Amino acid sequence: MTVAGGTPLPSTLVPQLDEELGATWRLGRRAIVGGIFGVLGIVLVTLVAPNLTTDPKSFGFGTPPDAIEFDFTPGVLVAVIGVCYVITGVVSFLPHRYDRVAFWAQVVSAALAIPLILGLALAFSNAPTTNVANLLDESLVLATPIALGAMTGLWCEHSGVINIGIEGMMLGSAGIGYMVYAVAGDASSSFWLWGSVLIAVLAGVAFAALHAVLCIRYQINQIVSGVVINLFALGLTGFLRSEVIVPSGFTKGVSTSQLALPLLSDLPVVGETLFTGGPIHFAMYAIVFLTWLVMYRTRWGLRVRSCGENPHAAETLGIKVIMIRYQAVLLGGAIAGLAGAWFSMESQAGFEDNMTNSAGFIALAAMIFGKWTPWGAFGGALLFGFTRALGSRLQFLNVEFGSFTIPSEFLQSLPFFVTLVVVAGALGRAIAPAAEGQPYSPSK
Amino acid sequence: MTVVDGPTPVLEVHGITKTFPGVIANEDVDLVLNQGEIHCLLGENGAGKSTLMNVVFGLYQPDHGSMKVRGREVVFSDVNDAIAEGIGMVHQHFQLIPVFTVAENVILGDELTKGALLDIAEARRRIRELGDRYGLRVDPDAKVGDLSVGEQQRVELIKALFREADILILDEPTAVLTPGEVDDFFEVVRNLIAQGKSIIFITHKLREVLAVADRITVLRGGKVAGTADPSSATQQTLANLMVGRDVVFQVEKPPATPGDTVLRVRDLRVEDDRGVLMVNGFSVEVRRGEIYGVAGVEGNGQRELVEALAGMRHKVGGTVEILGSDATKMTPRKITELGVAHIPEDRNKHGLVGSYSIADNMVLNRYNRPPFARRGIRAAGPIDAEATRLVEEFDVRTPGIHVPAETLSGGNQQKVIVARELTGDVQLLLVAQPTRGLDVGSIEFIHKQIIALRDAGAAVFLVSAELDEIMSLSDRIGVLYRGRIVGTYDIADATRERLGYLMATGSEPDAEDVA
Amino acid sequence: MTNGDTPQQNGSGGRASFDVIAWIKSWWNLQPILVPLYALLLSFVVGGVLIALIGVNPFEAYWALLRGAFGSPERLAGTIARSVPYVGSALALAFAFRAGLFNIGAEGQLLAGGITAAWVGTWSFMFDLPGILAVPIILLAGFVGGAMWGGIPGVLRARTGAHEVITTIMLNSIALFMSRWLVNSTDPLILRDTTASVPRTELISPTARLGELADSQPPLHLGVFVMIILCVVVWFVLARTTFGFETITVGSNPHAAHYAGISVSKIIILAMLFSGGFAGLAAASEVAGTSGFFQPGTFAFIGFDGIAIALLARANPIAILPAAFLWGALLKGAPLMQQEADVSIDVVRIIQSMVLLFVAADAIVRYLFRMKGDGGHHIATTSTSWGST
Repeated sequence: MTVAGGTPLPSTLVPQLDEELGATWRLGRRAIVGGIFGVLGIVLVTLVAPNLTTDPKSFGFGTPPDAIEFDFTPGVLVAVIGVCYVITGVVSFLPHRYDRVAFWAQVVSAALAIPLILGLALAFSNAPTTNVANLLDESLVLATPIALGAMTGLWCEHSGVINIGIEGMMLGSAGIGYMVYAVAGDASSSFWLWGSVLIAVLAGVAFAALHAVLCIRYQINQIVSGVVINLFALGLTGFLRSEVIVPSGFTKGVSTSQLALPLLSDLPVVGETLFTGGPIHFAMYAIVFLTWLVMYRTRWGLRVRSCGENPHAAETLGIKVIMIRYQAVLLGGAIAGLAGAWFSMESQAGFEDNMTNSAGFIALAAMIFGKWTPWGAFGGALLFGFTRALGSRLQFLNVEFGSFTIPSEFLQSLPFFVTLVVVAGALGRAIAPAAEGQPYSPSK
Repeated sequence: MTVVDGPTPVLEVHGITKTFPGVIANEDVDLVLNQGEIHCLLGENGAGKSTLMNVVFGLYQPDHGSMKVRGREVVFSDVNDAIAEGIGMVHQHFQLIPVFTVAENVILGDELTKGALLDIAEARRRIRELGDRYGLRVDPDAKVGDLSVGEQQRVELIKALFREADILILDEPTAVLTPGEVDDFFEVVRNLIAQGKSIIFITHKLREVLAVADRITVLRGGKVAGTADPSSATQQTLANLMVGRDVVFQVEKPPATPGDTVLRVRDLRVEDDRGVLMVNGFSVEVRRGEIYGVAGVEGNGQRELVEALAGMRHKVGGTVEILGSDATKMTPRKITELGVAHIPEDRNKHGLVGSYSIADNMVLNRYNRPPFARRGIRAAGPIDAEATRLVEEFDVRTPGIHVPAETLSGGNQQKVIVARELTGDVQLLLVAQPTRGLDVGSIEFIHKQIIALRDAGAAVFLVSAELDEIMSLSDRIGVLYRGRIVGTYDIADATRERLGYLMATGSEPDAEDVA
Repeated sequence: MTNGDTPQQNGSGGRASFDVIAWIKSWWNLQPILVPLYALLLSFVVGGVLIALIGVNPFEAYWALLRGAFGSPERLAGTIARSVPYVGSALALAFAFRAGLFNIGAEGQLLAGGITAAWVGTWSFMFDLPGILAVPIILLAGFVGGAMWGGIPGVLRARTGAHEVITTIMLNSIALFMSRWLVNSTDPLILRDTTASVPRTELISPTARLGELADSQPPLHLGVFVMIILCVVVWFVLARTTFGFETITVGSNPHAAHYAGISVSKIIILAMLFSGGFAGLAAASEVAGTSGFFQPGTFAFIGFDGIAIALLARANPIAILPAAFLWGALLKGAPLMQQEADVSIDVVRIIQSMVLLFVAADAIVRYLFRMKGDGGHHIATTSTSWGST
């Protein structure tokens, strides 16, 4: 059904499938993914499991002395998971009535990949055990800047402004914040540390203001504006580092101290790992939650989204589209600023050139992965953080297949590879806010 | 159509002038709306009706002129001022957000809150209440994008009523409704009047004007061409006022002399972008020298049908045969090479590349063939020559052939497309909504061209939501309902009533159903 | 795409010069040149402010910058040589951009092309071939390597709708790690030259080297002609051929392109293939001309800067040449500025970002310099959304 002449339906527009290419994707994602699991399962059960070492291994949860250990034999574990995969494969080819079953089977199978990979890694390494709770915690921590960056992206995009300059906003904030800390504060003062975090947030707002003015007032191509921000931040932070930070002789300073959440951190097993951490890390959870709450349950959030879906409609209802876009973009900038602060003042204490290292772009991938929803984006961030942590863990475990060790470069590229596969394959077409990227001029 | 003891003006508009760069949209316009009346604002496309109403609604600021609401002078700096004075507007192109629910669309901008959060429960309650009071029932939790056009219109009305509008401006409300839905709509309108509202009704449909108006104002070229009294006016007098000259209603059309079959479609099935089956067993045969018109309300599969026939959309079942060749799996290019011309429904999306020059657009369907390109290299000379020739032949008003196509008016853009498609050896013309949004002059021109093509021996497959257009051009008419033809008539046997019934219900009327 | 602005009046100067300028202006619209020049001026001003803030005389710094780039024939040759790889990476973005695609994967495509070229260059038969065969082969190898890396996001975009911004960024990082592994790995030994003191590939056949034109820093070699010819060819293809027409149509309105019989998926894939290929070709010319081998980290930031250059040139292949030259000049002159005036080379990057800003937001330039009207041709902003066609 069409909306008469006005707003087109949100575009699920496919790159045109010409007659020649028409047939390929009709097989359906569900079937293809299911097929992959099925084949994998068979391989695991028949070829892999029997050939694994019979040494007992275990997964650890929590730190000694009260760690819980889950002992297993790699062969059995792999075989069991393999069977689950085969079942998933079969279920995926059932008629449409069983769609939900197939979906959840695939989700569970995806989750089972974690013990599978860890189990296989342990099987091929000399280490007898690996701490899983720790791994989860690392994933969450590494996900922090990605999740924050994704929230930045969400606020901008839902208001109608594309923002590929998140990287620059983060980097710039990291640099400027740290510079203030290095120059103004003394090494152990927490007042200045927090002051610098605040400055970083404000720097994020400043970068966002530049982006907003360029996109909203001057209506330049929004991608170009993002590139400008990235370039500028790169240059500015490099400049500040060599001209200000290094000469100041400031060496380390402290990073934000670890917080222990009351009550929760006393939980057995997971308490100490999951619920102690940096303040910005915990703020991340709050920000994701608040983003969801404000965007979908408050007046202002509704208006922001209307500006990104159909600004003209919003205007006919008296909403000030331009003002709201500025507000949303600036809010996004503040969040990016906090992410920047995480880099130079929480994950470590110090600023290095280009220390964000594509985090802003990965945040965008997470946003698209999450289909422009806060919790979905958080999931994407978690996925990336997890693959990062997993890569490190596998390197640590020194996994060897005979004489062949997995090169560290492979493991380092794992997060990017996984993101690529997910975005390209398992995703389906994501629907962006309908009116994003188009400059808006109010009627006169 | 009631007048309550002597007319009291609720809205007075005096001397409104509004210009945009290069065009005077409204010039010195006066309009008075009385309490409880339905005032029709009539004019052809481009006459300035929507602009005037946007001024009244506060979206535009007039260059000159004044407005009074209930005797008090008002100035609207933005929409909020107009809404505060009780003015509500339902736009021609719905201003809705498809991904939001009905409730969210209705409260947007005037949200009900409980504490800091949105109070959707209260919104639901109010929407149901308004729905009962005015006969506008919608499900508050449905996503607007999933609603039918008629339902979306109800949402628009509820939006206005939610804000307690007494003065309602309805811009071309019936353009997208079936004849049956139009009757329901007017029922709602009468209800609104009975409850004390006053309505300005913008339209270009003369029939409706005479049916409902209490008073009529006609705009032409941005100025008031005249006012009319529905009791004494006729469609002819109104049309003449609209256009400024005598208008010929029926296009002159020599009788058809059909030849052999050019297009044969059997049991065609086509899905839309979301996988919903929109064309469901469509069959037709169109012969040389005849115009086959497909009547039907938008949304019954027209778009998917034409796209499929033109090779632009995958078919999931059935066959298409053009000039004896099996065209079911052919690409758009191959189909063009068979001698098929296609005037698409959405001229901006499919028909033109807005940023390209008129010259490039003129050869868009033949850019890779000699003389316009040899061995992959384009030749500017022949392209320009052809464009110049066609611009003159089809009377396209443009400063030159190198200006971007998007700078042309809608009518001239459509003429470019028509010129491009109707040139060369056309065996079959697929044409959808050819005159949507165009002025009377362009409409007449394009209709003449289509008929001339038919007389030259081509077969024409015409799809239009405007029943008048179908009836005026077609030799045979098929009614499309839920993706298939539910009734075919020769033009001599087709009446509005029969067609309207078919379009709305999908079955043939019994003798008693038809007036 | 078309010019045709009316001449601008811009009152200035004394009597005699006023007449001349007005006369010139009545014949030739200077705006397309003036706006970027003024933008450049403004950017230098911004940079100058920053330099002054750290206590250095901006004029001193800029004078050093200028001399570093143009101070001697060797330096000028070095500037040109420096610009050469940027031309390729800018062309990569520009061509894809015309098709409505944002290929920001030039970083990865350069690596893929460079390593392929370096590898093919060491094949045994290459050492026996004369230069007239060896050079085209090695360039072709680079093209193919880059094209493959660019083709992946192209196919993904055409088949699954995955947005190329994300996929190319991911592939950039993957290429970085993979190329490092291929070169650094000693066990198994893949491409590493064990005789070298730094990790790099083996030297390519001497017959495959591009001849040197000037012994500058970096050396100017025949690669400059390769790139110039490439720009001209790309310009010609876009402006005059049916393939170019199809590409631009897809980039301007994919629906109308489909309607006109153009296979949109085919164009998307081809555009990304060529796009990646151009980057690969640039890398190959560097390998064949400058170093003779591939070393991880050689192409750092060339892809990234290529984006800015392409946007600056508004995706026009011919305009890329002066834009890349500007970049080369800034980068070549920066070290001297650092050495003599003690100003960090990052200032240059700030200037670069400002140039892009002011050219993109030319309304600011126009306002400041009292220029009228709108130059018109802004970059086609079609594919501005993620999930769009």
